[in-house]
Amino acid sequence: MLEIKDLKVNIEDKEILKGINLSVKAGEVHAIMGPNGSGKSTLASALAGRNYFNITHGKIIYEGKDLTELTPEDRAREGIFLGFQYPVEIPGVSMVNFLRTAINSMRKYRGQEPLPAGDFLKLMREKKKIVEIDSDLTNRSVNEGFSGGEKKKNEIFQMALLEPRLAILDETDSGLDIDALRIVSNGVNKLRSPENATIIITHYQRLLDYIVPDVVHVLYKGRIVKSGDKSLAKELEEHGYDWIKHEVDAHA
Amino acid sequence: MTDQEKILNEVTGSDYKFGFQTNIDTETIPKGLNEEVVRIISAKKEEPEWLTESRLKAFRHWQTLHMPDWAHLKIPEIDYQDIIYYAAPKQEAKYESMDEVDPELLDTFNRLGIPLEEQKQLAGVAVDAVMDSVSVKTTFQDILADKGIIFCSFSDAVKNHSDLIKKYMGSVVPYTDNYFAALNSAVFSDGSFCYIPKGVRCPMELSTYFRINAANTGQFERTLIVAEEDSYVSYLEGCTAPIRDENQLHAAIVEIVAMENAEVKYSTVQNWYPGNKEGKGGIYNFVTKRGICKGDNSKISWTQVETGSAVTWKYPSCILKGDNSVGEFYSVAVTNNYQQADTGTKMIHIGKNTRSTIISKGISAGKSQNSYRGLVKVLKGAENARNYSQCDSLLLGDKCGAHTFPYLEVNNRSAVVEHEATTSKIGEDQIFYCNQRGIDTENAISLIVNGYAKEVLNKLPMEFAVEAQKLLAITLEGSVG
Ligand SMILES: Nc1ncnc2c1ncn2[C@@H]1O[C@H](COP(=O)(O)OP(=O)(O)OP(=O)(O)O)[C@@H](O)[C@H]1O
Ligand SMILES: [Mg+2]
Repeated sequence: MLEIKDLKVNIEDKEILKGINLSVKAGEVHAIMGPNGSGKSTLASALAGRNYFNITHGKIIYEGKDLTELTPEDRAREGIFLGFQYPVEIPGVSMVNFLRTAINSMRKYRGQEPLPAGDFLKLMREKKKIVEIDSDLTNRSVNEGFSGGEKKKNEIFQMALLEPRLAILDETDSGLDIDALRIVSNGVNKLRSPENATIIITHYQRLLDYIVPDVVHVLYKGRIVKSGDKSLAKELEEHGYDWIKHEVDAHA
Repeated sequence: MTDQEKILNEVTGSDYKFGFQTNIDTETIPKGLNEEVVRIISAKKEEPEWLTESRLKAFRHWQTLHMPDWAHLKIPEIDYQDIIYYAAPKQEAKYESMDEVDPELLDTFNRLGIPLEEQKQLAGVAVDAVMDSVSVKTTFQDILADKGIIFCSFSDAVKNHSDLIKKYMGSVVPYTDNYFAALNSAVFSDGSFCYIPKGVRCPMELSTYFRINAANTGQFERTLIVAEEDSYVSYLEGCTAPIRDENQLHAAIVEIVAMENAEVKYSTVQNWYPGNKEGKGGIYNFVTKRGICKGDNSKISWTQVETGSAVTWKYPSCILKGDNSVGEFYSVAVTNNYQQADTGTKMIHIGKNTRSTIISKGISAGKSQNSYRGLVKVLKGAENARNYSQCDSLLLGDKCGAHTFPYLEVNNRSAVVEHEATTSKIGEDQIFYCNQRGIDTENAISLIVNGYAKEVLNKLPMEFAVEAQKLLAITLEGSVG
């Protein structure tokens, strides 16, 4: 489904990603871990098409298409969803209006008619249940005045509504209380299917108890320096990153 | 007579009814402005002596004045002798069919959702006699007449309701008020008069009618609205469709009088031609709008959406004379490319317990300049006056400017005056967030800008709120990314 080959990304002449290789197949869940500032969010944004990122080398192939040739909105319409580490507030724009615009843009791309208002509201109600999100929240402006945890839940709610094929969740677990963590994980698990894939960026192995990954990668200084199964996450939890850093820095 | 015949009759007879005569149809007078020209204008309009004199007085006063230069505007020198001050209303259509109209204009009409018949009128295409808006207009007038509401052109009012015009014209905006008010008082072309009798609630927005008529009011428009005790009216001026005009200079006056317990809601959507992307052409719009809450418990509320004109100079104001009277100003002003706007309000608190609210939302894009200028003045006797002002500016890009000039004069210790101001930039982050949900950048900007202006758009009459939303999006097209 997704094939990243030797991807190098600059931000303002500084190389942040220094040759990423990653292959994700349909039905898989990949976890990406790594110290702060190692480039995890940069990778996520590069996949979603953030424009001030400069891809200097390599390829991103998604469903056989060269992703770098698509605008961010077309990538979304092709089924790529990014759960933001820091969801943005849009004052005065209601969640309902925002999501309706989003869904109908995607439908238009697929050559479908806009969803009638009644059907849309019904869909919202259904999906709200999945993430147990307060009705009140969806009547408010996009993320405005939402608590940290509410913002994260709202990302998963949007994911449930938009039904992406490839979801990239950037630290969606940070700032969630224990109940919310369970709810969010359940939400992600419900959306898991043989056709879809998920990339989870996280600092905590706890999340991976709920959402069991097929592969765990460690990103450090712009490179994937280690990959393994879920036991790798346990190891990191116990020993931290130092041993990996030593390994890598010794080679460099 | 069948309904159809009735309508036909109405329409074909309406030339006469509205007092246009064929002999003035083709006439214009030479360029320039002097006493003679003022007299000719008045004579052409068959005005009474007192009005001719009043025009002349205004003209003489105007000659002693200089164009104001305090606004944050760069205005090229205007040659007042190079303007034609009287052109008879043209009845003929400019085009035979819609095929001849600029496709870009039609595209905008369609995107605003303006009905076809109305599009024709606005574009100046010949229309069939049986036309929706005309028939609507006549039934409309019957209902109004039933309630004793007067709603007609200013010229008609001068002829048929001379006493009312004489009593109220210039009572809120005297010709001495400012340079453009003096000019307008000397040479005003036409406009509207609206009178709501005591105890009457006008049963409809006075809007559909006016939208159609707006095309012919000329460059020096004059509007007078009088709301008697316990009356209510909601009035809409202008339209969302882009209006082109060969006259570059527009200087209008709007006066509102609200008696005890009366309420007047005045909404404007202004979309005059702003000039091209390089800033060439475009209308200069210098407007004096003021209302007086004369009676106790009266209320005047201004709502405006300003997207057009090359230069806008406009400060709809309220004089809160009656005790407990309320003044409101809700404004969205958008500037793009090389447009300049200096707009805001004045709230003058005279009566006790008077309250005013100012919500101003400026949006600047391109290389434009957008200024809010507002005065809140509390006089000695205005016990317990309250004002709340909120002035927000939104910037798109980094070549435009937003400026806020709030002035405060408080002469009563019991007054409470609050002012809040914010400036924000439309964020790459916000746009990218929308993009990531499948929304393209144009639509993202439209969403974000409409969200930002929501408080004001909500004040507009429903049907225009929808058009105004689209209008904001169209005005800002291509301004980011
Ligand atoms: N817009 C930007 N401008 C300049 N530098 C940036 C920008 N975005 C990211 N960086 C830099 O790129 C590096 C990688 O950042 P990134 O956000 O990808 O890290 P991360 O792995 O997601 O970290 P965290 O775990 O703290 O979220 C950091 O050094 C960061 O400062
Ligand atoms: Mg990050």
